Amino acid sequence: MSDKIIEMIDVNKWFGDFQVLKDINLTVSSKQKIVVCGPSGSGKSTLIRCINRLEEHQKGKIVVDGIELSENTKNIEQIRAEVGMVFQQFNLFPHLSIVDNCTLAPIWVKKIPKKLAEESALKQLEKVQILDQARKFPGQLSGGQQQRAAIARALCMEPKIMLFDEPTSALDPEMIKEVLDAMVDLAKGGMTMIVVTHEMGFAKEVADEVIFMDEGLIVEKANTKEFFANPKSDRTKLFLSQIL
Amino acid sequence: MIKSLNFLGKPSRDKLNLFISIGAFFFALGIVDLILNSFFEINITSILPRWLNYFTPLIFSFIGLHYIRIEFSGNRKLDSLNKNINSNWFNATLTMLIIFVLIQNVPPLLNWLFFDADFIGTSKEECSREGACWIFINVWLKRFVYGLYPNSEIWRINLSFLMLIALVIFGFFASIKIKKYIIIFLLFIFPFIAINLISGGNFGLLWVETAAWGGLSLTFIISIFALLFCFPVGMFLALGRRSSAPVIRYSSIGFIEFWRGVPLITVLFMASVMMPMFLPDGTYMDKLVRVIIAITLFEAAYMAEVIRGGLQALPKGQYDAGKSLGMGYWRMHLLVILPQALKLVIPGIANTFLALVKDTPLILVVGLLELVGMIDMAKTNPDWLGFATEGYVFAGVVFWFICFNMSRYSQRLERRYKTER
Repeated sequence: MSDKIIEMIDVNKWFGDFQVLKDINLTVSSKQKIVVCGPSGSGKSTLIRCINRLEEHQKGKIVVDGIELSENTKNIEQIRAEVGMVFQQFNLFPHLSIVDNCTLAPIWVKKIPKKLAEESALKQLEKVQILDQARKFPGQLSGGQQQRAAIARALCMEPKIMLFDEPTSALDPEMIKEVLDAMVDLAKGGMTMIVVTHEMGFAKEVADEVIFMDEGLIVEKANTKEFFANPKSDRTKLFLSQIL
Repeated sequence: MIKSLNFLGKPSRDKLNLFISIGAFFFALGIVDLILNSFFEINITSILPRWLNYFTPLIFSFIGLHYIRIEFSGNRKLDSLNKNINSNWFNATLTMLIIFVLIQNVPPLLNWLFFDADFIGTSKEECSREGACWIFINVWLKRFVYGLYPNSEIWRINLSFLMLIALVIFGFFASIKIKKYIIIFLLFIFPFIAINLISGGNFGLLWVETAAWGGLSLTFIISIFALLFCFPVGMFLALGRRSSAPVIRYSSIGFIEFWRGVPLITVLFMASVMMPMFLPDGTYMDKLVRVIIAITLFEAAYMAEVIRGGLQALPKGQYDAGKSLGMGYWRMHLLVILPQALKLVIPGIANTFLALVKDTPLILVVGLLELVGMIDMAKTNPDWLGFATEGYVFAGVVFWFICFNMSRYSQRLERRYKTER
């Protein structure tokens, strides 16, 4: 765990006058799993959305896999193709079947022949255990199945990094487990992951490091055992006492 | 008044048959009174004062409907009748008024259209003038369809449209793979083959200048070309208006607001009169081409706003998802955003298309005569004065038929592309 795959140096971001990210410094090594937690509005979603430039940072420097994020659209598209993302609201394409959702980007962005793309899509769908839903449309699936399809869709691009933006927050309680299971499998497979979540059980099971954010600042960053066993800041203690 | 009707007791289900018979009798009396009055000039209530006499059909049927208004009668048909058209005195009155208007107007209309009309003949002397004179349409039909196109060359127009129909039908039954090529051929190659065939001037075909084109075939030619072009232009404008680049955004807004703000008739006039002045000397652009460009740009502005409505209806997450998969602007829009946005606004697109087709008669102002223009010409022909009504009824029916079918097709598309969100 030595090579840095993501490097954020003094990253600042404002929405209008409101500062959402304040001097964020973060280094992620290859195959590291990081869980980001914190109260709502603390900037954790914005933080990971900056990594694939769904949000622009206004100050500082972000380097992903050796490429610096800048206005250069070619660089951005290249990075986005290497960074998979899973959203709270799934964001599957409702006009395409599940398997077409998974093959769309590989075929049109990575120019993989349709047949190969479909094969690998079915493989990914099998891994998240919804192979039987492949020909259905997103609207016909349950929330948990949709989120697993979204994970499969992101994996079809064979990304080096996976970002999860509160993947289980929009799900019914009984569906959370099936999505978390898929994520645990992925983590065990050696993927570099940054996960924004409130699922502390998941954090304890797979995370190497936990980051606690509040009001745009990284308040605490520690390895998982340390983080849960003896949190240093009072704010973290308070948060943990409420959530656990 | 309602209280005085209750001398038999409030209509109830206990004496269902009695009340229904009384009600039906009064209702029928009202209808018979009206029919006798309007078609046979017999007044069965002439003993009554004149002001009352006039309203007797209404009063009779009102009483009739009052007696059959029985809640929970147990008779399903009666219940649904009461619920839908006879639920209270106001609705009963409306029901009756509509029935009366229909009775008074539909038979004379049918008489004029069909029973008293003349269909066969070659001159206006053969028309009895009691009903419509469809001979007028019959005699002029060729002109109405082909305009002033030379008779000997009409086969070229026929061939073009037959090819179009054949291709569409063939494409309808072909497999998806062939279908794709047929659609591409239809959209990008066929229109230009057809226009070459119709205008001629090469391959030994006689050159027919566009001033001679006209009638329904011109309606179709203008509509088809304007439809083909205004859709992509509108799409680019819609995307442009949402662009983050100020130059593109403001020029799109300017374009859309300009074309939406001027009446089509002035646009056509400008295209015909002003545009040649702006063109450099020696360049010549056919009037029909100028008109098609004008209509295209005009309708594209409307199309742009319709499509923008669809773009705005999509959740931001769809853009995020597209971007996060590494798609650039065009890939994201063509593969993810537009397919969904266009599907949402099929009714609006159909609306714009229908408006476009119905706007074509306005090319009259620049001297191009499509269907309505030809009818205008025919009705002022000294031999055929006085048949404007027949002509416009004919034009109305033809346009309605075209537009109704387009509307049906759009509904079919809507059903086919319906997906759950």
